[in-house]
Amino acid sequence: MLSVTNLSVSFRTRRGEVNAVRGISFDLGRGETLGIVGESGSGKSVTSYALLRILDAGGTIRAGDVTYGGVDLRAASERDMRDIRGREISMIFQNPRAALNPIRKVGHQIEDVLRQHGRATRQDARAKAIKALADVRINDPAARYDAYPFELSGGMCQRIVIAIALACDPKLLIADEPTTGLDITTQKTVMDLSRDLIRARGMSSILITHDLGLAAEYCDRLAVMKDGEIVETGIAAAVFAAPQHPYTARLVDATPRPGLGLRDLLPAKARTPLPGHAPGERTLVQVRDLVKTYPGKSGPVHAVKGISFTIREGQSVGLVGESGCGKSTTSSILVRLLDRTSGDILFEGVDIADIPAERFVRDKRRSQIQMVFQDATDSLNPRHSARQTIADPILRMSDLRGARLTARIEELATLCGLPLPLLDRFPHQLSGGQKARVGIARAIALDPKFLILDEPTAALDVSIQAVVLNLLADLRARLGMTYLFVSHDLNVVRLLCDHVIVMQGGEIVEQGPTAQVMDTPSHPYTRNLLAAAPRPPVLAAPMTDQPAAQ
Amino acid sequence: MTDATDIPGRKPDGAWAHLLHVLRENPVTMLSFGLFAFFLLQAFFGALIVPHDPLATNAANALQPPDWTHWFGTDSLGRDVFSRVVVATRLDLMISVLAVAISFAVGSVLGAVAGYWGGWIDAALNRVLDTIMAFPLFVLAMGIVAALGNSIENIIYATALINIPFYARLVRAEVNIRREAGFALAARLSGNSHFRTLAFHIFPNALPPMMVQVSLNMGWAILNAAGLSFIGLGVRPPTPEWGIMVAEGANYIISGHWWVALFPGLWLMLAVFTFNLMGDGLRDLVDPRRRT
Repeated sequence: MLSVTNLSVSFRTRRGEVNAVRGISFDLGRGETLGIVGESGSGKSVTSYALLRILDAGGTIRAGDVTYGGVDLRAASERDMRDIRGREISMIFQNPRAALNPIRKVGHQIEDVLRQHGRATRQDARAKAIKALADVRINDPAARYDAYPFELSGGMCQRIVIAIALACDPKLLIADEPTTGLDITTQKTVMDLSRDLIRARGMSSILITHDLGLAAEYCDRLAVMKDGEIVETGIAAAVFAAPQHPYTARLVDATPRPGLGLRDLLPAKARTPLPGHAPGERTLVQVRDLVKTYPGKSGPVHAVKGISFTIREGQSVGLVGESGCGKSTTSSILVRLLDRTSGDILFEGVDIADIPAERFVRDKRRSQIQMVFQDATDSLNPRHSARQTIADPILRMSDLRGARLTARIEELATLCGLPLPLLDRFPHQLSGGQKARVGIARAIALDPKFLILDEPTAALDVSIQAVVLNLLADLRARLGMTYLFVSHDLNVVRLLCDHVIVMQGGEIVEQGPTAQVMDTPSHPYTRNLLAAAPRPPVLAAPMTDQPAAQ
Repeated sequence: MTDATDIPGRKPDGAWAHLLHVLRENPVTMLSFGLFAFFLLQAFFGALIVPHDPLATNAANALQPPDWTHWFGTDSLGRDVFSRVVVATRLDLMISVLAVAISFAVGSVLGAVAGYWGGWIDAALNRVLDTIMAFPLFVLAMGIVAALGNSIENIIYATALINIPFYARLVRAEVNIRREAGFALAARLSGNSHFRTLAFHIFPNALPPMMVQVSLNMGWAILNAAGLSFIGLGVRPPTPEWGIMVAEGANYIISGHWWVALFPGLWLMLAVFTFNLMGDGLRDLVDPRRRT
């Protein structure tokens, strides 16, 4: 149905021509789902834009053929392409909120597409739009017709986007990272929904994602892309279970899943023994009846509703939950950036909750409690070089200066695996993984006892996530730090943490040793979370026993 | 992403190399910086290099058209227009630079405080700025000079005051969107006080858009100062100043003595043009993202 041969796409940039896609070929049959998998910069999104001829300015298709149902898409006129987009091939994008017009009712946005392609008249557009909403299983579609995008959750918005994409019964749906940024249970709902709809209508689809596990679960075939080339194609289960190309093998290894250890995520060559990890007996942090209430327009908002837990010295505790569960509020309060409404936080037996966040900056315990932020790009000052960034806490909170300061910065960089020449780079000159290392080096600059990690790998590619997680495990062993690891990804938490706290709606619904919570969850919410994680078709312990088989 | 970041050991360019890179990249920037250097030369050395005394009158030689001795001709009192135009550069630039510097400093402090702390400080400041901007700005400047007294300092203060709202609003917006940014929170965790976080972490990130504003404002400030002089406020004759010279020359345009008003007007136009063109170049200069 869709056939791509030898497609090449290049972009003109200030540094000259950049080849984003270098001669890729693939076929897509009727009713088939193809997953294009790759890390950032692999050219997977550019490929899909090229198919629909919606490349950014400066991008051109250099060579190759794209045939869809006998029509040459490269040669088609812009007018024909407008007809094809939406009616024959439609696309859903990564950020559903950005894809919807914020100031128009969602119902009207569906009508727009229907009428644009002559699928509805003024009289029956409303009824058809409501039916489209019902098709994507939105409750009370007649009422939702009048909703604005900001009134809907992220998952709802993505369902609206799917409704718009499917409104004109296209034959092919291209989904570009459709669930990135959504909660794991929402991801499962959205993916299940789109799979069911695609099957029911006999459509073909292309799923573009960085998540090999997700692609393996929902696609028939996979194409793995690296640096603009397809390095491997095959049946999804086969690619995952027995990758042929070394890059695919690395990706498969780096995808966290049950049954794997931290070191298993790394390429076989880099697997050194994991340092031992034994939490101590002394209590480092004790949280008692912590409550945070925000004033809201319609009454107070209870973000955290009286939670209590204890973290022992050297322990790594995972704080898990979906967006809005209060885990970020809790971590902001613990790191003393935010004041609690009531409750105690005992740090080494002394209550620090009474010291206002304003004044905690000058407290001597400031250097003891530090944090690694979620978005490495956002958390680095764009005007400071890596060296200045790492030096900042040392300058403010210790009296190291001159040569000893330089030595300390270089020691930290080495500890975090950041090459010394990169210290004089600005954040925009560093890659995602390098920025994450700078953020970690800054956080551990003053040897904190308690480090809060706020989804430190959420914005990273899986292979870089694997390296950063291992770095964190090494640092824990060398420096004896205690971690509070905030995450929505249970598979990642399982790798790093000894103890797990599951939060929902501002309350702790379950906590206990990692193995116990993961293997025999007692609360239905925990079971839901575990069930929602992508379940790639794979044997129990695949690569660990025969690492060099391929 | 893959090409530049993976070459180890490549150091970022120094300040001079960066300046050269910015200039080479954009011919308009090159032109504007060249013109700016031309005006700076006149401001610093104008009084030393002009062929005639800008104040020396010669009634016998009044209203002569341009020739080889008097390149821009002479005015109604027989003074050399070229010498006066060149010497006036220093005064006009001084007024605009000082005025912009004052509004930059005051506007930055007010805007940064309002943007960072918000609340009633923010609300109060915004109402004051709205009030200033509700006046026709030139009329406001006239009123200030008329009320405070007719002197060059007061022209500077008046020009500074009417420009403060532009800076304050820009800085307020730039600081406000970065108040909760990760790097600002990280700065707090690193032990920076609110003052340090604001002054050394957040504020410098507002500089690139500020530079565009500075450059546009320089043009306005020059026009404003010349405009005030044109209507007889501020600089007094016989001091050479572009606004006064245009005003004096305007009387003679009807009688065909076009050069008396044209040349100071041309210089004024060129100066405003230069500053308007410089904005983008200045922004590129202070933006670290351009240092690749």
